[in-house]
Amino acid sequence: MATSLVVSEVFKSFTMHLRDGIKLPVVKDVNFSVASGECIVLGGPSGIGKSSILKMLYGNYAVDAGQILVSHHGRIVDIATADPRTVLDVRRHTLGYVSQFLRTVPRVSALDVVAEPLVARGVVAEEARQSASALLSQLNLPKELWGLPPATFSGGEQQRVNIARGFITDHSILLLDEPTASLDARNRRVVVEMIAEKKQKGVALLGIFHDEEVREAVAGRILDVMQFSPRKAAA
Amino acid sequence: MTDAPLLKVNAVSKFYGQRIGCKEVSFDLWPGEVLAIVGESGSGKTTLLNCISTRLLPTTGSVEYTMRDGSVRDLYHMSEAERRFLMRTDWGFVHQNPADGLRMTVSAGANVGERLMAVGNRHYGNIRATASDWLTRVEISKDRIDDAPRAFSGGMRQRLQIARNLVTGPRLVFMDEPTGGLDVSVQARLLDLVRGLVNDLGLSAIIVTHDLAVARLLSHRMMVMKDGHVIEHGLTDRVLDDPREPYTQLLVSSILQV
Repeated sequence: MATSLVVSEVFKSFTMHLRDGIKLPVVKDVNFSVASGECIVLGGPSGIGKSSILKMLYGNYAVDAGQILVSHHGRIVDIATADPRTVLDVRRHTLGYVSQFLRTVPRVSALDVVAEPLVARGVVAEEARQSASALLSQLNLPKELWGLPPATFSGGEQQRVNIARGFITDHSILLLDEPTASLDARNRRVVVEMIAEKKQKGVALLGIFHDEEVREAVAGRILDVMQFSPRKAAA
Repeated sequence: MTDAPLLKVNAVSKFYGQRIGCKEVSFDLWPGEVLAIVGESGSGKTTLLNCISTRLLPTTGSVEYTMRDGSVRDLYHMSEAERRFLMRTDWGFVHQNPADGLRMTVSAGANVGERLMAVGNRHYGNIRATASDWLTRVEISKDRIDDAPRAFSGGMRQRLQIARNLVTGPRLVFMDEPTGGLDVSVQARLLDLVRGLVNDLGLSAIIVTHDLAVARLLSHRMMVMKDGHVIEHGLTDRVLDDPREPYTQLLVSSILQV
């Protein structure tokens, strides 16, 4: 099986210049890889650096040292050192991310929010909306909401819009930051099915799931982030 | 991805006597990319924008621009006439104060139509039809086409200025605090409009703003300026979510949460 993502010797800390420059170590010496068709779940208590790892992989956080290698258009890109333009291209075509919260844009309808990643890749707007509709119905989002901007939706509704937006493309790597946190049991099952479908298609998935039932259902392997925590050494 | 940058800025510096306007700024802007320049008042953002757009000549440095025919030209070595032609056709410049970018005494339709005439349109009916179409795109009702911008609200004036700039299908748009001075609901509408237009038209843009939320919403990349220097530069969400420099951390931590 092809390896889609390799994380090698990654270190991350925050320097708080406004607090006399104190240094907050986040993770150290992170090493792992995710193969195509595999779903790895990041485990460990809150605050141990799980979300930070996802954000580094997505290029949201800079890293102090190490490599984050992604296979993109048949070549290897190091997210840790790539220029912004390359990172954006990787995000558009290879690396998807479902965040905990939806960042809403005023006045854009839920349907268009979901369709946007396809439109950004040059898919015709009508076709993209059709795929978006299919996903929103699969996730049981009431049809009356599709034309409305998600800003006023409930937490669970926003999260479903967010999931649909993340799953609409055929990105070969998907990062999932607690996508099921505010969903009811029925919709959690839908997401579990959607993840299974992605695995089948050979997508490499890396996620954080606090819900045990979901974790059991999707995880091929659980990676304990505790081993990368610099606090352990200090304690 | 196209393989040539639209704009190459090389070590541009501007001094006002002994004082630094901006110092040794270099970056590339690629087609379809939106770059935000942020920083507090007096940090050199507008000086830099004016230098790049040739409204101001820098003390040292060069800016190369890839023309529509693919040739690369040094902007500071073009003739005044060529530069003016570029500004009227291939570029847009959206000022903070719409009165600086509009003709306040002629009608809204003429404000938009003038740029079309600059690129050689002569058919009155076509010009008026295009102008009217653009007013609709920026959400100004067609029946206001014969009114002068003086009779418009601040938000409408700003939208009219945007229509005037985009009507010639520019490839590069400069914006200096496009939402400054507008109240928040008007701002949201304008931002959404600009965002939609930039996406649809595949424009490149350089936006100067002190408002980080504006930068977050509109830009792909961000440059943070302080005392004339670029102190931090990167993907917009990286700079905002993980600011590295002390001054950037101060800026980001100073945002009020609603």
